[in-house]
Amino acid sequence: MFGLKQKDATLFLVVVAITALAPFLLNPFPENSELAQFNAGYPDLMQRFMIFGIFAIGFNILFGLTGYLSFGHAAFLGVGSYAGVWMLKLLSMNIIPAIIVSVVVAGVFSLIVGYISLRRSGIYFSILTLAFAQMSFALAYSVLTPITGGETGLQLALDDPRIFGVAQTADGSIPLTNFFGLEMRDGIEIAAGPWLFTLNVGYYLSAIVMLASFYVAIRIFRSPFGMMLKAVKSNQQRMNYTGINPKPYTLAAFVISGMYAGLAGGLMVAMDPLAGAERMQWTASGEVVLMTILGGAGTLVGPLLGAGVIKYFENIFSKINDNILYEWFSFMPGGLQDFFVTIIYPFIGKGWHLTLGIMFMLVVIFLPGGIVEGGKRLGRLFSRKKAEGGGSDATPAASPAE
Amino acid sequence: MGKLYTSRRDLLKGGAAAGIALAAPTIFPSSAWAGFTNEPTGGSVTLGFNVPQSGPYADEGADELRAYELAVEHLNGGGDGGLLSTFSSKALKGTGILGKKVEFVTGDTQTKSDAARASARSMIEKDGAIMVTGGSSSGVAVAVQALCQEAGIIFMAGLTHSNDTTGKDRRRNGFRHFFNSYMSGAALAPVLKNAYGAERNAYYLTADYNWGYTTEQAVREATEGIGWNTVEKVLTPLAATDFSSYIAPVLNSDADTLVLVHYGGNMVNSLTNAVQFGLRDRVVNGKDFQIVVPLYSRLMAKGAGANVKGIFGSTNWHWSLPDEGSKAFTKSFGTKYGFPPSQAAHTCYVQAMLYADAVERAGSFNPCAVVEALEGFEFDGMGNGPTLYRAEDHQCFKDVLVVKGKENPDNEFDLLEIVEVTPVDQVTYAPDHPQFAGGELGACNPGA
Repeated sequence: MFGLKQKDATLFLVVVAITALAPFLLNPFPENSELAQFNAGYPDLMQRFMIFGIFAIGFNILFGLTGYLSFGHAAFLGVGSYAGVWMLKLLSMNIIPAIIVSVVVAGVFSLIVGYISLRRSGIYFSILTLAFAQMSFALAYSVLTPITGGETGLQLALDDPRIFGVAQTADGSIPLTNFFGLEMRDGIEIAAGPWLFTLNVGYYLSAIVMLASFYVAIRIFRSPFGMMLKAVKSNQQRMNYTGINPKPYTLAAFVISGMYAGLAGGLMVAMDPLAGAERMQWTASGEVVLMTILGGAGTLVGPLLGAGVIKYFENIFSKINDNILYEWFSFMPGGLQDFFVTIIYPFIGKGWHLTLGIMFMLVVIFLPGGIVEGGKRLGRLFSRKKAEGGGSDATPAASPAE
Repeated sequence: MGKLYTSRRDLLKGGAAAGIALAAPTIFPSSAWAGFTNEPTGGSVTLGFNVPQSGPYADEGADELRAYELAVEHLNGGGDGGLLSTFSSKALKGTGILGKKVEFVTGDTQTKSDAARASARSMIEKDGAIMVTGGSSSGVAVAVQALCQEAGIIFMAGLTHSNDTTGKDRRRNGFRHFFNSYMSGAALAPVLKNAYGAERNAYYLTADYNWGYTTEQAVREATEGIGWNTVEKVLTPLAATDFSSYIAPVLNSDADTLVLVHYGGNMVNSLTNAVQFGLRDRVVNGKDFQIVVPLYSRLMAKGAGANVKGIFGSTNWHWSLPDEGSKAFTKSFGTKYGFPPSQAAHTCYVQAMLYADAVERAGSFNPCAVVEALEGFEFDGMGNGPTLYRAEDHQCFKDVLVVKGKENPDNEFDLLEIVEVTPVDQVTYAPDHPQFAGGELGACNPGA
C-alpha cells in the first residue's frame, strides 16, 4: 500500500489515525475538572507537536541513518523561519510561498554548512555544526538586526509592503496568515457535555504536512539511498575501500534534513508569524537531539514520540505552579501538605527541565533505543506469553521473515 | 399514591432521548463568538502572568510573580488592600473584577520570545486568559504584545525599557507602565550636568542588542544636548562575562566618563571590571573619571556590591519613595514576603491594578472597551505621582527617578539613594519623536 511494505503501511496508517483524532485524544479530561491541567488538545501545543515532529523526523534522517550528530540543526529552522516571515511581509499572508521559500533557503544554507562541516566526522563534525549554529544565532541576535529584528525578533508590521496582499485589513489591523483564505486561527469547537474539543485549521494543515514528511521519511529509510546512509553509519571506511564515495550521500542526507528543519521553521511562522533568534541557539539544537534520542534514533516513529514528550513537558509541566500543588494536596493536614509540595515542587513548574533530565538519563541508561525500544520490549513481553511453547526466537533479528 | 409508575418502555424512551441530548455535541466555529476572545462567563475571570521563571532574569520574574499574587489577593478583597486605598480611581471595591473572582495562571517566558509566545498562547487557548501581563525584557514584551494583538486580548507589559515597546512596535492592545530609554536619558542628563559639568568626553560600552541600541541612542542624544562629547561607542556581546578587553581601550582614550549601557549580569560584570582597572581613581583632562549606568535595579546593585557606590543611574520606582502609594505598596509587600519590592514588582502590581480598574470603569471585559478606558487615563496614588496613560502610544508618563549607589547602605535592600525625582514634563516627548518613529497602534482587536 502506498508503495510501502505491509508493516510500514500499518505504522503509517496508525500515525494518520492518531494525528487525525489528536484533538480528541489529547483532551481526555473534562473542561472543569482538576485534571484539565493535563489536557494538551489546544491548537498551539498540537501545532507544536506536528512542527517539532517534522524537525525531529528530518534530524533523524541525518543522525539516525548516517550517525552524523549535528549540533546545529536549529540554525536551519531559524533561517527557514526568517525566510518565511520575510515572505509574509513582502509577498502575501498566504503561507504557501512562505513555506516553500523557507524550505529552499534552509536547503541552500544547509548545503553550504554541510559542504564545509562534512569534511570532518565524529566529534569534529558536531563541533563544526555547533559553531555554525552559534554563529548564525549571534549574527541574528545583533549584527543582522535590520534583517532579523535582533533580540525582539522579526515580526509583521502595519506598513509591510505585501505585494500580493493588503498591508492592513479594512479595520486597520495586520491580516492573519491563511491558506488561500482559510485562516490558521480558524476552526470549530465541539462541546460534548463537559468536554470541549478544538479542531483547528492550523493544526490540521501542519498535520497534513507532517504526515507527508513522515511518508517521505519512510520511503527514504527503505530506499537504496537509505541503505547507503546506513552503510555510512556502520562502516564508512569499508565503503571507501569498496570504491564508493560516501560524501555525496552524507551531504544529501544533511541537506534533506536541513530542508526538513526549514519546513518546520516555515510552518512555525505560518502558525505564529514571528521569528526569534533564540530558535537558533544551541539549546534549541540540543533539544532536537534529545527528542530523537528519547524517542529512538534510527527508528521511524521515535522522533515523533520524542518531540511529543518533550513539548508536552515544556508546555504542560512548566505551568504547574505551587498554588496548584497546594490545591492538589489540600486534602492533607497542613504540615504534610507543605512537606509534599516542597518535595514535588522542584520537579515541576520551572523545574520541568529537571524532570526531563532525569527521564532522559533513565531512557539512555535502561532503554538505549528510546521509547520505541520500550514499546518493543513491552510488545515482546506479551507476544512471548502468547507464543509460549511456539519455539519462536526472542531476538527479532534472527526470526525469519514472514 | 399518584401515578408515579412509568412503563419500562417509556423509561427506555426517555433515557435514550436524554442520552442523545447529552451526547449531541454543540458544534460552532471558533470565530463565531458573539463577543470577544475568552469572554468570562462563569463566576471567575482568569489573568495570565507570563514571567521569566528561568534564565537570566529569573530573580526579577520571581519578584513580579509575588507582586501579581499580591495584586490578585487585593483585587479579591484579601490582605490589607494595598494600593486600592491610595489609587485615585475608586472603581475597584475588592470584590474581584466586575464581581467576578480573579484567578490566575502562570507561565515561564524563559526570557526568550519564542517560549514567551508559546506560554502566552497556551494561556489564551487553553486556560482562557482574558489578559496577559509580565515579562522582564523588551524582546519578550514586544513579541507577546504582538501576539495579544493578534489573538484579541489585552497585554499589560511588565519590565520593558526599550523605546520600541511603545515606539516602532507599539500595538493598540498593549500598554506599558514602565519608563523607557528616552526618559532615562532625559532624566539623567541634567543631573549629570550638575554633578560632572557640561564638558565631558563620554565613552559608551553598549550591550549588542535592541535594548542597548535604543538606550545608548537616548543617553547619547540627551548628553550631547548638554554639551558632552562622544568619544567612542563600542558594542559588547550580550553573552560576554569578562569586559577587560573592552575596558582597556578606555584607558588609552581621552575619555573621562564611561557609560555602561548594560543590564543585569552584564552590568555587574562590566562595572566590576571597570573598577578593577582603576577607572574610578583616574584623573583625565583634570577631571575625576566617572561611570554612569543608565538603567539601575536593586538586584543589579546587589550583584555589583560596593562598586556601585556613588554611581548615577535611573530607575522607574524605588521602595524608599515617601509618597502614600509607595509606602502602602512597600508595606503590604513587605508584610507578605518580608522584604521590600523591586521596581519590577511595582510596575507589575500597578499594571494588574490598572487593568482591573479599566475593566471596572468600562463595565466590560471587551478589550476594545478596556483600551478606551485606559487611553488618556490620568491617575495618581500608584507611587510615581500623577500619571498619564497617553492615548497616542500607550506609554505612561510620570516622574522618573535618578538614583545613585548609596555610600553607606544600612542593609542589603537599601543600596540606592534617590538623587532627584525628575518631573514628568522633563521626560515627555512627542509621540512621533524620531526615537519612537515608525510605529502605528493600528485598530483594537477584540478577537474572534
